[in-house]
Amino acid sequence: MPNLSFNGNTYHCAEDQSVLDALTGHGVSIPSSCRNGICQTCMMQAVSGELPAASQNGLKETLKIQNYFLACSCHPQTDMDVRLPEVGTVRKQVVVQSIKPLNHEIISVGLYCEDPIDYRAGQFINLFKDATLGRSYSLASVPTHDKHLTLHIRKVPDGRVSNWVHQDIKAGDIVEISAAAGNCFYVPDKKDQPILLIGTGSGLAPLYGIARDALEQGHTGPISLYHGSRDARGLYLVNELRALADRHDNFSYTPCISGEPVTDTGYAQGRALDLALADTGKLTGWRVFICGNPDMVKTARKKAFLTGAAMQDIYADAFTLSVA
Amino acid sequence: MNDALFNKLGGEGAVDAAVDIFYRKVLSDDRISDFFDDVDMERQAAKQKAFLTMAFGGPNQYSGLDMRRGHAHLVKKGLNDAHFDAVVENLAATLQELNVSQQYIAEVAALCETTRNDVLGK
Repeated sequence: MPNLSFNGNTYHCAEDQSVLDALTGHGVSIPSSCRNGICQTCMMQAVSGELPAASQNGLKETLKIQNYFLACSCHPQTDMDVRLPEVGTVRKQVVVQSIKPLNHEIISVGLYCEDPIDYRAGQFINLFKDATLGRSYSLASVPTHDKHLTLHIRKVPDGRVSNWVHQDIKAGDIVEISAAAGNCFYVPDKKDQPILLIGTGSGLAPLYGIARDALEQGHTGPISLYHGSRDARGLYLVNELRALADRHDNFSYTPCISGEPVTDTGYAQGRALDLALADTGKLTGWRVFICGNPDMVKTARKKAFLTGAAMQDIYADAFTLSVA
Repeated sequence: MNDALFNKLGGEGAVDAAVDIFYRKVLSDDRISDFFDDVDMERQAAKQKAFLTMAFGGPNQYSGLDMRRGHAHLVKKGLNDAHFDAVVENLAATLQELNVSQQYIAEVAALCETTRNDVLGK
């Protein structure tokens, strides 16, 4: 059974136990969020000991060579000496620039970072309420276009971070965020490839960034965005997206309402996924981005794949809702 | 490992060409789709790629024990010979779609066969 050294103490790590579970199991406080190797909140650094390859999945090369790893995905085979990353190497302080309601449950939070962070539209950052409690939010802003980092944050019932954002923070406050990460973004390698974007709820955030980023980078193929909600008040940025569609011949926007009869001709009746698949037919050759409700994402990934999209052309928001 | 077969099939390129077709087939096959319906499709696709590389005679590190351990949770869920046959059938259909000759398909099936007892925990 390997031993873990942390802050001068030694802890036993059971067989098949992760570094995160071993340390928190002993009452040590380690930041974490998804516990699934995605959000990178639980990043730590190894001072000694061997790192299993899986513990560095998804990390930047520059972090890998410095022996950073994800505590939730690290099942040690040898004794390890580990520490938390130094403050400032991974987290940044940013100023809350603006808070605007987007609809009855989602707000737009603008963050200003004096020393701009390097990111791609559609990636995510972690926003921290305190030293250990953080949640991942996708970026709706486009680096070349928007001065501020923009997040769309839905008030999750009993959500500790989202309720704090909705109730307590205000313009001028200083908050901590992580560096941007994630693979859900536009790459300008095939500019004529058709792109399908499907989102529900605040899953529109990364898609809004990706669509504008693709247009800005001169994408020439069609870009079709379907944003779904149960009722009309769940949709947002409707006017902005319609204006975007007016300005770009290759961009189309379909707001979809699934839960009530549609009276306004500006909306489509049905679920975003169903409407998107009915309109596009076979997805062979398409690039597909899917963000939002975890069940929808799972179903959509599978349907997109089965209707012909190549696995490597399907990008999805990796998050499920964390337990409050 | 069977370098000769792997090269005849077209090596890694052949695996890349086959993996999406094969994975689509097993996900659409009601007999076995539940065993492949992972929340994490990319991880599942990576597993399919590893499987195809092995089945094509390519480089792999799998021991019989790995095969047993890797499938034990599926055997508990009822994985049996009929499922194994269905997977091999889907693999053969994939290769046919890629215009691979019957002789090579038979060689791939024979390679799969060598793992049957380990996969099914017999």
